[in-house]
Amino acid sequence: MKLKEISREELFRSSYGCAGCAAVLAVRLTLKVLGRNCVCVVPANCISTVSCYYPQTPFFVPMTVMAFAATGAALSGISAGFRRRGREDISVVGFSGDGGTADIGIQSLSGAIDGGYKFIYICYDNEAYMNTGIQRSGLTPYGATTTTTPAPCFETESKKDMLRIVAAHDIPYAATACTSYPLDFMQKVARANRVNGPTYIHVLAPCPTGWGFAPDRAIELGRMAVESGFWRLVELENGKLRTTHKPSRRRSVAEYFAAQTRFRQLSPEQIEEIQRNIDRRQAAGQAFSATG
Amino acid sequence: MKKSIPGPVSRAGNIPTRMGSWSTIKPVLKGKCNFCLLCWIFCPEGAISQDEGHRQVLFNNEECKGCGICVRECPTGAIEMAEPEQGERP
Ligand SMILES: Cc1ncc(C[n+]2csc(CCOP(=O)(O)OP(=O)(O)O)c2C)c(N)n1
Ligand code: SF4
Ligand code: SF4
Ligand code: SF4
Repeated sequence: MKLKEISREELFRSSYGCAGCAAVLAVRLTLKVLGRNCVCVVPANCISTVSCYYPQTPFFVPMTVMAFAATGAALSGISAGFRRRGREDISVVGFSGDGGTADIGIQSLSGAIDGGYKFIYICYDNEAYMNTGIQRSGLTPYGATTTTTPAPCFETESKKDMLRIVAAHDIPYAATACTSYPLDFMQKVARANRVNGPTYIHVLAPCPTGWGFAPDRAIELGRMAVESGFWRLVELENGKLRTTHKPSRRRSVAEYFAAQTRFRQLSPEQIEEIQRNIDRRQAAGQAFSATG
Repeated sequence: MKKSIPGPVSRAGNIPTRMGSWSTIKPVLKGKCNFCLLCWIFCPEGAISQDEGHRQVLFNNEECKGCGICVRECPTGAIEMAEPEQGERP
């Protein structure tokens, strides 16, 4: 896949999202791969909030807003309907936030993967319930402040390893990605789209509003997350885990943390501890190395 | 089984959002654009288009929110943020 070969059609554009929102970018890039022949399911989250101002919408493909907990169920149901009508060529894609995936929607996601229908579940991970005002979620990393874990306190649980959770369902295809690596991400969406079964892509989407950085640094932040080993770009196909991109440059997690305000209250010792955990997890080859 | 929905499912009957009024500063090409398309792929709003003839990018002020990502990601430093002239404002 090359930049020049990518579709120029914009099927999600100029939304009500904050300036510099990588979650919005994730949706735009996904629809560039899937094209017009797709149907989107979006539960309560930033994407549905920035898209539904009747009569306007940034979506140029059909989308439905779903109950917070029901993304997986809606994806299976729509996909089952298309299968019944012999229209398995239509892609059915869900865009769920981290809270909608790892907390409230997890049973429906689990049931949907078990059900075996063809769909792409995209979890865009901005590491908190951003839409309602930055509350911590099961995917908020250790050490981050949110409005429910305010400074001088911070989140004391580590990120749920969603990839291992979906892998435990023997899912045919799952991957992690980051909006700062658009070709890697889009390739994964294309691969997922070719699978005739449930697929899951977990894309890290830096959020200027919730993480505390200037909008123009959204791409840089994602790059720092990968280069510091905080986030890994991997792919799981039929049970085999493969690293799709190894950063050529290594940064310290301290550098990544310093670029945003949500880790400000951590002491150098605490950051060192997090770095040790990341190094340990990386050595053990675990999918997510976000803290311990 | 019979096919009951013809062609692609989308008929695109929506009224698009145009959030350009959120920002008073807009990107402008000041330096040499080598048409690498990095700014194009990274723009969250889809506000950049490709001018194949002149091998450079175009900015749509009506859709651009002025986030500055294109400025920061351009490898040649060709883009600058500027306040458009009165008549050019969205
Ligand atoms: C059952 C239910 N509980 C609570 C809400 C309120 N609510 C709407 S969006 C949202 C946060 C979504 O967070 P996340 O899934 O992480 O997506 P993000 O906002 O970060 O994009 C909440 C709590 C709701 N709509 N439905
Ligand atoms: S709060 Fe974050 S994720 Fe939500 S629209 Fe703003 S930048 Fe995007
Ligand atoms: S400033 Fe932001 S929204 Fe405007 S063209 Fe550049 S990247 Fe796109
Ligand atoms: S990033 Fe810079 S050089 Fe590349 S296409 Fe955009 S303006 Fe041109």
